[in-house]
Amino acid sequence: MAAGTVAPGASAPAGGSPGPTQLLFAPDARYTRRRAYSTFMRGLVSAAALLGVAVLWIILAYVIIRGLPALNLPFFTQRPLPYGQVGGGVGPALVGSLILMAVSAVIGVPVGVGAGIYLSEYGRGRFADAIRFSSDLIAGMPSIVIGVFIWAWLVRTVIGNFSGLAGAIALAVIMVPIILRTVEEVLRLVPHTLREAALALGVPQWRVILGIVLPAARAGIITGVVLSLARAGGETAPLLLTALGNQFFSFNLLQPMAALPVQIYNYAVAPYEDWHTKAWGGALVLISLIGALSVIARYATRGNRLG
Amino acid sequence: MAAQPSPISSASVAAVREVTGVAPPGAAPRLVTHRSTSITADSVFQGGARVAGGVIIAALIGILVLLALDSRMALSTFGLSFFTTSTWDNVKQQFGILPYIYGTLMTSAVAMVLGVPVAIGAALYVAEYCPNWLRTPISFSVELLAAIPSIIYGLWGFFILSPFMRAYVEPALQATLGKLPVIGALFSGNPIGKDLFTGGVILAIMILPTVMAVSREVILTVPPAQREGMLALGATRWETITTAVLPYARGGIAGAAILGLGRALGETMAVTLVIGNSSRAITGSLYTPGYTMASAIANQFNEADNPLYSSAITGVAFALLLIAGVVNVLARLLIWQMQGGRGAVKAVI
Amino acid sequence: MADAAEAQSGVGTMFPGLARPVTATAEQAVAAADAVAVTGHQMLVNKLSAWYGSHLAVADVDIEIKPRSVTALIGPSGCGKSTFIRCLNRMHEVTPGINKVKGEVLLDGQDIYASNVDPVQVRRYVGMVFQKPNPFPSMSIYDNVVAGLKLTRAPARSVMDATVERCLQKAALWDEVKDKLKASGASLSGGQQQRLCIARALAMEPRVLLMDEPASALDPIATYKIEELMVELKRDYTIAVVTHNMQQASRVADFTAFFLAGEERTGRLVEYGATSDLFTSPKDERTEAYITGRFG
Repeated sequence: MAAGTVAPGASAPAGGSPGPTQLLFAPDARYTRRRAYSTFMRGLVSAAALLGVAVLWIILAYVIIRGLPALNLPFFTQRPLPYGQVGGGVGPALVGSLILMAVSAVIGVPVGVGAGIYLSEYGRGRFADAIRFSSDLIAGMPSIVIGVFIWAWLVRTVIGNFSGLAGAIALAVIMVPIILRTVEEVLRLVPHTLREAALALGVPQWRVILGIVLPAARAGIITGVVLSLARAGGETAPLLLTALGNQFFSFNLLQPMAALPVQIYNYAVAPYEDWHTKAWGGALVLISLIGALSVIARYATRGNRLG
Repeated sequence: MAAQPSPISSASVAAVREVTGVAPPGAAPRLVTHRSTSITADSVFQGGARVAGGVIIAALIGILVLLALDSRMALSTFGLSFFTTSTWDNVKQQFGILPYIYGTLMTSAVAMVLGVPVAIGAALYVAEYCPNWLRTPISFSVELLAAIPSIIYGLWGFFILSPFMRAYVEPALQATLGKLPVIGALFSGNPIGKDLFTGGVILAIMILPTVMAVSREVILTVPPAQREGMLALGATRWETITTAVLPYARGGIAGAAILGLGRALGETMAVTLVIGNSSRAITGSLYTPGYTMASAIANQFNEADNPLYSSAITGVAFALLLIAGVVNVLARLLIWQMQGGRGAVKAVI
Repeated sequence: MADAAEAQSGVGTMFPGLARPVTATAEQAVAAADAVAVTGHQMLVNKLSAWYGSHLAVADVDIEIKPRSVTALIGPSGCGKSTFIRCLNRMHEVTPGINKVKGEVLLDGQDIYASNVDPVQVRRYVGMVFQKPNPFPSMSIYDNVVAGLKLTRAPARSVMDATVERCLQKAALWDEVKDKLKASGASLSGGQQQRLCIARALAMEPRVLLMDEPASALDPIATYKIEELMVELKRDYTIAVVTHNMQQASRVADFTAFFLAGEERTGRLVEYGATSDLFTSPKDERTEAYITGRFG
């Protein structure tokens, strides 16, 4: 036993009587081992963090390096061409993705914001709990399952064929829980005094919410909507069962519609080198789009502390 | 040892809260509904908000009911053997989803074994070790992983990861772990790169941001007094983590891991591109091309040309829905217990 | 109380060599340790200053924490007393805030800030009890007591059993918990939790025990028990206690140090002496103003 320690259990006359003689803080063998282990684990944990960061940059680097050669004007403007023909691009997919996102926002934002208002301004009791529970469950659902649901509901029966509208509704189902969650949280951050002040003036509650509460939380709501769009814009699986994809430019919501992620998938699984490059190019475009949306979301938050 | 970073900085916690939108407790108490002159307009507005909420409930019920109805034919035709047999043959009209369940469980297990330790490690680094100025860049980078669409993971996995696994990782593991008894069987067969193992690896990467972000939030809620108490007894930094921090946070971290599992179970595109897509029989080796439930749906849904096939594939979706639902509820309960309801779950979208 | 104080200061002067020993040679350490075996452990602070960023929070404190006695650190809030006590076992290095310390803190003649000293080792010899009781909720009462011991020495089960009983008895908690050692440390009342934390610190056989307002979160009865305990413990241990409660200082402490921060918010040691002297005939008028309740 190292000096300076006490045989534990021995009745110590002077509390913690020092052992014979040694420099007090000189590490014993056991402590040296403990310290080495602590240092080693610190290294391991740092390596884990480094790995996490590295994976991101490795993937991004591949997308950029492999994707850049594909980018040129025709890539953005042309429709996919059959193999062997020079050129061809992701034009319809890009347009389709933007249309799908716009339509899904038109459907999803009112539902998400409305339900968020309900939960934060009115919601108590079972109905509110049921909304929260449903939203959380939908948020945790595999997106392919939502695709199956929309297929069974809209593609098979109501609309009768694969269509942009069905795809947009599937994306809206994915967006709503994200919007709802953000809106509820940011509305709760709006000071209660603000509402009271307006209500005390005799302003009806709906006008207080629309005129005062929502504007005060504007930045946070925008963030939620933009983040949900970024998420929906990258979804592939539900679109395979709903919007299906399209080689041609199409603006008809009741017909199959192209989408960038689906186009990337189609390019990737085809056996042609040139198409693979186009898949990487599409990935670069998609990631830039989502990156831009994320930056917008962050920027919107920055301007307003309530975000 | 001289300049140990502080384990908790209240400013950065506040910053995290701001970014993640975690409401401080007690914010915005409920407003008593006032009777006002425009009572009609008020009730119309409130009604509208109510309807929006109702739509969400209806969507959940709709999903459950429709999927249950659509899979009824397969379930009533095959009964329990739908889940326990492994023949999936459209020609013979025989459908058993066991290989898909197996593929889902194996890939998710690989993802958990590889991803969860790394995620918790990264969370510990951010919460316990890293200097303040590094905290945000690291968290931000790892969480950006969550923003990358599944299809891009798939693309990367298809062209980069999968060949790399086949050429280097899988042979190396076969030469080392493959020699061990019992678990050696997992690494038997030809390394092919497009198999359950690569599917698990890509899932491990994809659950990293979820598990890391939630774990970090949970670890940051451990009171500094707990760390101080252990440090004051002469514990090293790592001993403090294992004896004071992790035991205190274990419920929440388990929730984080299960939340990651929920994501792994349902992930579709990335896995579809690297898993090989073959419903060959269950071999016990990870070097086997297979299907997960999600990738089976993605691959076969549009091929289902007769009612029974279609019902069977919907049955896969229904089973997946139930498994993912249970896993998610469990995860949320665990984190909720730790956090008092709100917080970490919302940190990750 | 006064008797004890005199007895203690008498012991202090018996070994004048202890007052300002030079560190680092093995021979001197031997001599110091031999002396300590008789007198108990002493802590000597020389010109200690601490900074929060660029702000000087504690300046130039010279003080002796005398062996086998209780030294109280009092003063109005913000006077740097809590900051100061955290510098005595280098706890400040793992909590936010203080980022620079200058000066010497000699434990039985050895500088805990010497360049080759590991702060983790320091804390093994200088225990600390915190303002709020912080038992480890995931551990049983038993495991709480031996939490530190398991790490530093990993003794045999029988040794741990004995340690648990001894330390809980010293912390006046044994009778209350001996039948439920397997229960969670968090299941106890606040006062019991704090005594558990004291037992936990005692299990490490510390040379000096630092207490940072150990009773401020407790009710009067629990506070009384902690005070009784301090008086009991000083027979074996060297104790420094931060308190904002002057009555408490006068009840338990043999020596008292009064800290005060001026306009520039830098805490300084204003006056130090035997508790009876400091409270009855303070030398500094600021001390007098404080103890008579004119501010603080």
